[in-house]
Amino acid sequence: MATSYLELSQVGIEFDSRHGKFRALDDINLSLDRGEFVSLIGHSGCGKSTVLNIVAGLHEATEGGVILEGKEVNRPGPDRAVVFQNHSLLPWLTVYENVELAVNRVFKGLKSKSERRDWILHNLRRVNMEHALDKLPSEISGGMKQRVGIARCLSMEPKVLLMDEPFGALDALTRAQLQDSLMAIQAELGNTVIMITHDVDEAVLLSDRIIMMSNGPAATISKILPVNLDRPRDRLALAEDREFVRLRHAVLEFLYGNKSEPVTPAATALTDDAALDKRESITTEKKYRVTSGMRPLTAMA
Amino acid sequence: MSVTGTMTQPDQRFEQASGRLGKLLPVKTLAPSIIGLVVFLLFWATAAGRIDTSLGQFPGPAMVWEQVQELAKEHRRSREKQAAFYKRQEKRNAAKLAKDPSAEVKIRAYTGQPTFLDQVFTSLYTVAGGFGLATLIAVPVGIICGLNRGLFLALNPIIQLFKPVSPLAWLPLVTMVVSATYVSEDPFFEKSFVNSAITVALCCLWPTLVNTIVGVVSVDKDLINVSRVMALPTSTHIRKILVPAAVPMMFTGLRLSLATGWMVLIAAEMLAQNPGLGKFVWDEFQNGSSQSLSRIMVAVLAIGLIGFALDKLMLLLQRRVSWDKNAVLR
Repeated sequence: MATSYLELSQVGIEFDSRHGKFRALDDINLSLDRGEFVSLIGHSGCGKSTVLNIVAGLHEATEGGVILEGKEVNRPGPDRAVVFQNHSLLPWLTVYENVELAVNRVFKGLKSKSERRDWILHNLRRVNMEHALDKLPSEISGGMKQRVGIARCLSMEPKVLLMDEPFGALDALTRAQLQDSLMAIQAELGNTVIMITHDVDEAVLLSDRIIMMSNGPAATISKILPVNLDRPRDRLALAEDREFVRLRHAVLEFLYGNKSEPVTPAATALTDDAALDKRESITTEKKYRVTSGMRPLTAMA
Repeated sequence: MSVTGTMTQPDQRFEQASGRLGKLLPVKTLAPSIIGLVVFLLFWATAAGRIDTSLGQFPGPAMVWEQVQELAKEHRRSREKQAAFYKRQEKRNAAKLAKDPSAEVKIRAYTGQPTFLDQVFTSLYTVAGGFGLATLIAVPVGIICGLNRGLFLALNPIIQLFKPVSPLAWLPLVTMVVSATYVSEDPFFEKSFVNSAITVALCCLWPTLVNTIVGVVSVDKDLINVSRVMALPTSTHIRKILVPAAVPMMFTGLRLSLATGWMVLIAAEMLAQNPGLGKFVWDEFQNGSSQSLSRIMVAVLAIGLIGFALDKLMLLLQRRVSWDKNAVLR
């Protein structure tokens, strides 16, 4: 019996689609240690979000399963908080109330009212958002919204923090700031994190391991790249670091290198996730998608 | 440069002044509305002069205005009469009690004919009752149907079947059922009120119900996922996520409902001879005096104005309740 903190074993999932059963994921095996930071990287539609959703309990695996601290996961719960790509704050609640909703859910009965208030403020301070307690999400910037989204997740003290392209919609400067904040928070709290990203630098900078996924259908983990860079990591120093450059190149090589491998029609066209992945499909999908049948990508290039 | 500067000064001052005036009175948007109204009044006045009916000439604006004043006068007279009646009654009773302290005194209500204003308030009261009843049913049922697809599929044929039914078809059934079941010595509500209110409710149930369902079903999937991840209890999920998200759609439904309800009420009152504006119109029509048409026209305008005011009232309420202050509310 494996003693890892979080374990995905032989996870596969099938969706019903108009064209019959569609197999999105197949035989995903992954185990995480406590406090480990792992990135999922792969082309659009390869099922990264689906993996995350299965861990979150939002999707149920067709076969295999997820075990967290020795218990099987089969429904969503606050022990696996999700930071969504588009912040997903409730627009009718203020910054404070958005976090309060999560805190009340998890700590009502465990902490007194004033303790809960302190805890909410503490978490907002962690992400430098204590100045905007009474603002509505529509009154703050995208980066700030994402900070609040992170504070909301942290406030639930989750066993695993799941991040679905958390910084994908932000500009480069804001993204860098938030990456640094996230590194600092993770160093302090030792969260176990699974993060989906499209950003190669981000993956190398933040992760302990980078999980590279093959293209769908029946996507699976094709390579795991350990990142043995010392922490705390500094983005400026790393830019010239040999190991960093090598890792970065390895990821790029995986993503763009071997073009001889035939690419089958992208998964997003058929799955539920199509709607969720709309944004990425506009930007990156076209490059990798083959429009008619099973023609390999090389034929298009 | 300085020359042109001094030369433009008066112009600037004028512009500033007119700008200030513009802020006080939205001249630019108000002017077309006023022109529209004036053109309408002119058209009405000339057209009315050319239409002759068996009850005399079709009333123009002047005749209608006359009747507005006449109706106001009648109202005041009726109130004076009522006050006088109660005074006389009190005096009589006091005298009776002075003679014999154990005597039984009867207090009778004034039974004068309701005035135009009385009818207006009866109608408002009735529409509020019917609309309130419909809202109390439609909003919770809509939320439940939005949450439970099975229930929605079960109710949908019924909704589709009854949605297009005219109030006048319901009215006889409602009247018979109410007179059979609503039997009480001292009823809290008048039977006629119950009849009209239920008829109104039956017709203004649907827009609120349908829009609430749509509002709940179309809540952003990400927000639903947030709620699922937190594993919020159903009651919190409804209060904190579903209802706020569905409020804009709900209000669209409520406004449609209230507008329908107000139209339905007038028809129902007319047909059932239940007190209210509809009855006023019918009575005047039956009365057939030379002023009748003008008085009906007063009622028509009052119905329109009240309908407009009710819609504005809902809009104000929506502004109060809805979180989305930037939404365009029309």
